[in-house]
This record gives sequence, C-alpha cells and structure tokens, in this order.
Amino acid sequence: MPDVIEVTALRKRYADVLAVNDISFTVHTGEIFGMVGPNGAGKTTAIECIEGLRHADGGTIRVLGEDPASRAKLAHRIGVQLQDNALPPHLHVDEALRLFASFYAHAADTDGLIDRLGLSDKRSCAFSKLSGGQKQRLFIALALVSEPEIVFFDELTTGLDPQARRSMWDLVRDVRSAGCTVVLTTHFMEEAERLCDRVLIIDHGAVVALDTPEALVGSLGVERRLVFTLPDGVAAPPLDGVSAVGRVEQTGARVAVYGTGDRFASSVVSALEDARVDFLDLRTEQPSLEDVFLALTGREMRE
Amino acid sequence: MRGFLQLTWTDIRLYFREPIGTFFTIAFPPLIVVLFGVIYGNDPMPLFGGRGSMDVSMPAYTAMVLGIVGFMSIPISISTYRESGVLRRFRSTPLKPVTFMLADVISNLLMMFVGVALLIAVGRILYHVAFDGNALIVAAAIVFSALAMFSIGYLIAAVAPTARAAQVIGMVIFYPMMFLSGATMPIEVLPESVQRVSAFLPLTYAVKLLKGLWFGASWTDFALEAAVLLGVLVVCTALAARFFRWE
Repeated sequence: MPDVIEVTALRKRYADVLAVNDISFTVHTGEIFGMVGPNGAGKTTAIECIEGLRHADGGTIRVLGEDPASRAKLAHRIGVQLQDNALPPHLHVDEALRLFASFYAHAADTDGLIDRLGLSDKRSCAFSKLSGGQKQRLFIALALVSEPEIVFFDELTTGLDPQARRSMWDLVRDVRSAGCTVVLTTHFMEEAERLCDRVLIIDHGAVVALDTPEALVGSLGVERRLVFTLPDGVAAPPLDGVSAVGRVEQTGARVAVYGTGDRFASSVVSALEDARVDFLDLRTEQPSLEDVFLALTGREMRE
Repeated sequence: MRGFLQLTWTDIRLYFREPIGTFFTIAFPPLIVVLFGVIYGNDPMPLFGGRGSMDVSMPAYTAMVLGIVGFMSIPISISTYRESGVLRRFRSTPLKPVTFMLADVISNLLMMFVGVALLIAVGRILYHVAFDGNALIVAAAIVFSALAMFSIGYLIAAVAPTARAAQVIGMVIFYPMMFLSGATMPIEVLPESVQRVSAFLPLTYAVKLLKGLWFGASWTDFALEAAVLLGVLVVCTALAARFFRWE
C-alpha cells in the first residue's frame, strides 16, 4: 500500500527543549496510525508539524506528496482536530458546520454529518452549552467536513468518561471504514491497543518502537500470566517441566503460572489435562502496551 | 468568497448574541442622544454659530460609536478568540488570514452603521437635528475614520498579551478620548490647555472631519485631519499585521 505520510528525521526545538528529536516513520493509506506516549513526549508537536501548523527545525515531511509547510493546497485535503479546541461560545452546532464547510473547495453534506455524529438534537445548541463528549463530536464533524483523505485527531478522548471514550473509538473506526486514513495521538495505551493498526511509541521526543500492537506485545517476550483455582484437596501438578513455563506461584488453592510464547496458555492447559487435574476459573492475562512501554523505557506510563 | 460571506454573516449573528457588545454598539448611541438631549436641549446658541448643542454633537456622537467599536469591541473580540483557541481552530482550515480579517472589519463596520443609523434617527425624531452635508460623502468619511480607529483596535489586539490586557488597554485609551476629543462634549467648551491635549488624540481628528463634512464643508478644508487619520490607518494596520499572532 502506498504511504500517505512520510516523515524523515523530524526535529523541533522550543527555546532550550528538544521537543522532537529525529523522528522518522511512514503512514500507510487507510490505516489507523497511533502516536503514543506520556504527556510531554512530543506527540502534539510532531502531529502539528505534520499538519503544517508548526514549522519543523529539521527533517522532511511529505503529506500526500506535499510539504505541509506550504498549507494552501494541502489544507483542503486534510482534516484536523486540535488538542486545545475552541469555538465562539454562542456559535450553534449547525452554524459551525456550515461555516467550516464554506472554507473548503469541496465539502460534505453538513446535515448528514450532524446525524452521523449523533448531534441531531443539538443542531441549534450553542457551543458553550455542549457537554465534553458533544464538543468532541462536533470537532470530529468539523475535521470531517471537507471529506478529507487524512484526518488527524490529537488527544481525542482526553477528559471524556469511559463510555464517551468507547463511542469515540467506534466513530474513529467508522471514519476509517469510509476510506479515510486516521492519524491520532493518545496517552492512553489501551486506546492505542484497541484502536490502532500500528503504533508509534514516543518518549522524550524520540521513537521508542513502531509496529502493530500485537507485534509490539509479542516481540518483547513479556511474560504472560495464567491463573486458575484448584478444587478442594487437589494438589497442583508439576508444571515447571512444561517448556513455555517460567515459574509457578501458589497461594492456597490459587495458582499463577508465568511464561512466554504463543503456545504458553495451550501448553499449560494440556499439561493440566494430561495430569487429569480439574481446574476452575481459568483466566489468562495478556501483557498490554502498558507493559511494553514499561519494558522499553523502564518507566510506568501513568503519571 | 463563499467563506468570506459565511464568516461575515456568522460574525454578525454572533454580535447580536453578545448582549454587552450589542448594548454598547447599538443601544448606547441612541441612549446618549436622549440623555444629552435632555441635559442640553437643542436651542440655537452663539457658541455653536447659531446651531443647537445637539446639532453640533451628532457628528461627535457618531465618532464616539467608531471609538466604541474600535477601542472596545475589536480588541476584546480578537484577543478573546486568540486566548480561547478559536483563531487556532480557524488556522487549521484553508481560511486565509486576510479573509478572516476582512470579514471581521466588514461585520464591525456594519454593526457600527446600525448604531450610527439609530443615533441619527433618534436625533432627527427627538431634536430635529440639522444636517447640511452630502450624505454619501459623510458616509465615506465615517467609513474612512472608522477604519483608522479599527486599525488601532487591531493593533491593541495584536500586542496585548491576554484578552484582559486588551480590554484594559482599550479602555485606558478610549475613556480620555471620549471626553477630550470632542466626541461627547463639544471641544469648544473645553479649556485651551485641554484642547492642546486633544490634538494628540486620533479620535479628535475623526470628530473634526465628520463635523466639518456634516455641515457642508469639503474634504479639502480638512486635509490635515484626513492626512492624520490616513497616517494612523497605514501605520497601525502595518504594525497590527506585523505583530498579529494566531496563538
């Protein structure tokens, strides 16, 4: 698949802080590409350089074959949702969409967009009266009003409750299904893992890793955990001999087995069945991107 | 062009939804006429060459409306847009800065004309105020003077670090001008020393120009006033463009 964005050796400095230090990556057509990292990692700076809102100090950026620094043509082909968004407080939802539609050479049907984003009953509601989730929906609508080829979402779900966050994820998937490439930033590892086809992990302005969430989790050899409960009076079978198993911890009837590899869980289960041991309440715990970040940087993601 | 028209139309609608701005631009000017009319009346007076106080004050009150929009509405609205991130949101679209500014200027001019029209209507109806000029020429002079005042407003918005600062700077500049430029009291009643201060206030030149044309003088009689206003317009526009920031 052709690439819609090519970033090579991007650098951006603010005063004495190197916000982005030599970042390179490409974004493929039609994927959901996530830039993940803790607050202050340089995600927003990087995405704003790509959107053409900031000028990079070094490196090259190509978006749909163009240099985003000269925005005139490219601005019609991309949609942008900013991290710090605002509209005039008294502007109504439908007015905002009609206004932004008028800025573009080609624009979507604004009424259809309002329906699609679930804002139908907020059509003539003032911006200042919308809830956080509704505001974000409006900003997504504004980002999509030009029917862009690439849409950028910067910290789309920050400040939203878990339910609103999940419905944002569905919206992002719909946008991609409609044929639009999505580039997003987030500091929620779970969001990146659930939503993104490929994830770029950034820390201190530099690339830590870039791959699919599954490959990132798999490549680390991070331990997986399998937990089960033994019935009363049944002793744990010896599992240390199973090749994928690293160690076994037992607390009363509760057994936790640690190991690595794709066949870890199935080999433990078949060992239990071979030993004819009944087990209850079996659960496997996959490592997450959170663990990947910890393993790669030696730090917890959470602030 | 479509973007420009839509933005201008949106700006006008938003203006009416902001009660304080609407009050000062549209309701305040006719209120001033009623208030000062009650105080001074419009009997002919030798000080004003046989005209009444309200006759000579109409062009001055008109200049005051230009001042309200230029020194209060514009600095506050633009700097608030910047502070809250509205300008940034516009910047991430293909909208050109020039288009944004033109729509802002045009919508402010239109709102100002609504205020001026009400002001003149109330003056005509209540006090039968005199008008000896050419309406088109006076309208052109109002637009010209307004652009000069607006350019100061855009410069304030460009240099003020915050919206609050823009509001304070606008008021600090405007309040003395309101009383010393002849915009609310005829400059003739002020002591000579105060009149010398007036010479440094841009609004004074707008008051003089409008007053002259209002009573049938020609532009050539007010070349100095026109030149000062043009200078203000050119210099402040250039500086405002130079210091303008989106965020």
